[in-house]
Amino acid sequence: MMVRTNWLGEFLKHSVLLAGAIVVLLPFYLMLSYSLKSPAEIESNTGGFVGSQEIMTDRRCIKAGKPPEECDMRPIVYNYTAAFSEAPLVRYMLNGVFVTVSIFVIQVLVALPCAYALSKLRFWGRDVVFGLVIFCLLIPVHAIALPLYIMLAKVGLTNTYAALIIPWTISVFGIFLMRQFFMTVPDDLIDAARMDGMSEFAIVWRVMLPTAIPALLAFGIFSVVAHWNDYYWPRVVITGNRDLMTPPLGLRMFKSDLDGNEYGPMMAATTVIVLPLVIIFLLAQRRFIEGITMTGMK
Amino acid sequence: MAGISLRQVTKTYGTLRVLNGIDLDIADGEYLTLVGPSGCGKSTTLRIIAGLETQTTGDVEIDGRVVNEVRPSRRDLAMVFQSYALYPHLTVRQNLVTPLQLRDMNFWQRIPLLGHLAPGRRAKMSKIEDDMRKAAEILKIEPLLHRKPGQLSGGQRQRVALGRAMVRNPAAFLMDEPLSNLDAALRVHMRAELSELHRELGATFVYVTHDQAEALTMSDRMAVMMDGDILQLGPPDEVYEDPRDIRVAEFIGSPKMNILPGQGDSAGRITALGVAVEEALAEPSEGPLSVGFRPEHLHIQPKDAGACFSGRLTYKENLGSDVFLHLAVEGIEGKAVIRAKPHEADFADVGEDVWFTGEVGKARVFGADGKRVTLAEPQLMRMTS
Repeated sequence: MMVRTNWLGEFLKHSVLLAGAIVVLLPFYLMLSYSLKSPAEIESNTGGFVGSQEIMTDRRCIKAGKPPEECDMRPIVYNYTAAFSEAPLVRYMLNGVFVTVSIFVIQVLVALPCAYALSKLRFWGRDVVFGLVIFCLLIPVHAIALPLYIMLAKVGLTNTYAALIIPWTISVFGIFLMRQFFMTVPDDLIDAARMDGMSEFAIVWRVMLPTAIPALLAFGIFSVVAHWNDYYWPRVVITGNRDLMTPPLGLRMFKSDLDGNEYGPMMAATTVIVLPLVIIFLLAQRRFIEGITMTGMK
Repeated sequence: MAGISLRQVTKTYGTLRVLNGIDLDIADGEYLTLVGPSGCGKSTTLRIIAGLETQTTGDVEIDGRVVNEVRPSRRDLAMVFQSYALYPHLTVRQNLVTPLQLRDMNFWQRIPLLGHLAPGRRAKMSKIEDDMRKAAEILKIEPLLHRKPGQLSGGQRQRVALGRAMVRNPAAFLMDEPLSNLDAALRVHMRAELSELHRELGATFVYVTHDQAEALTMSDRMAVMMDGDILQLGPPDEVYEDPRDIRVAEFIGSPKMNILPGQGDSAGRITALGVAVEEALAEPSEGPLSVGFRPEHLHIQPKDAGACFSGRLTYKENLGSDVFLHLAVEGIEGKAVIRAKPHEADFADVGEDVWFTGEVGKARVFGADGKRVTLAEPQLMRMTS
């Protein structure tokens, strides 16, 4: 091994990575910056990252007939209070939490027994079934959206939480991921549980589930991020009832204002919506990467 | 406690036949070892007894009751696995307690938290706790009770695995190569401990191993398996002294038995490598034979004293108390090995030609089909010669 590192190679490697990072991070930077600045600064693209934070006057507050001294505030305060007052952001976020958690829990309830059967039980046609699972990974959501919508409409489930949750409860990706993980669990462990008198279901919940926590965390992040951020499907099935809107749908509230684009409050709302995911990921980062490498999903 | 019987048990995977009709009676309280090279069907036999595999045909009886349709947990057996198979997320204490909870407590009593409200739970729990303590005491694992398997050494995990089997006080213990993941020193130590444990518990042990030394040192009886058949079943001494098949003769004993190609004639005389052997066939017939001598039954000589085999000494393996002499002998594949006391082999140097003889009465002669051939009684032989 050479001790001297190939600095040119390292330089090239890092410049590519850096460019990639900029492409990914720049929108976040803008989002955060806009959520701090006054409308004028956003419009004229001045003020750097945080803006000058000069006291500004909320025009809508004046329109509402309140005394002017109550309507003077710093842009950061204005943006974030507007984010919560213009639309029921808390309600949207609670909707999001309810929907994503329900989806994840049901996905786990379905995926673990399936993955166990596909990896550890010997039955006729197992490989064919697993082939079908892989095949289902190839079907894009958008291809089946219309039939799904029609089905939900026929049973009268549009504009309900059920419409947001049911289509996602069977995750073939989850089944696949957990199956790959279960393949690495030694058969002896399952035989030992059988000798101890556990039923097959008890084995799934009392032996396989605890050993699969890292893989489940990885799957959990995939699932929660995907459904928290999903705009397409809620947009399809939530047509009238604003109380059922999820966070991404809620963002539309800011876009449709008549008196110009409210970029500041909108970006503040976006920041609030993205924040939980970022925090969860940072907390679970190590185990998440563990889970991915363990299941060979790199 | 219970005896176990197998009646004409066969197992096939697709077209592959792994067991060809196994008949085996294991007595109550016996330590029986199934030994054989890998792929001989010994683990499959054990798993069929356990109920983890179903036999293709034949019956398994435990305590005189046919258990073919009985689930593994209802057969009242405990198994120790090669990989120990401890629950990685539970502490040692929980690992030991789990099989008892599953057996003795009903569904309601097992529910976490809420189960504490179920009637009768407290009494059962304290009984279970007592059983667990007892097993932990015998195996000296009490200080480890609050650790998880990941924090234990191989030997400690082995003990916990034994403990998990013991707590249930099962009719029989099934062990699938339980020592093969341990290092050499610990393995020898655990052999003695297992034998002691067997004496203490008085339970039936069925022990699977590929290590003939484990089979010889630990068991009451051993069954040598090869290619899905039990070739020989008997006490270790008998299997060692009196192998009925050339494959058994070669598998049991280390270094293995020296097999010299030989010839029988119509008068019953036997030659090996062209040298006359002082034995005679009980039923004289002409044809090729294999003459086997254990390393300790060959004796090295400095000179050709007649009726001697010769070979070139290629290696002296000094073990202190004994020395193994490896000889290249014309006419046999591999090396012949002689076990000698160090002073007996002083004169021989590596690279020299040496002579050796087989001890009278110690030759084990096998026919062309690999089966043992009966020899004439020594007295008779002397009278005729």
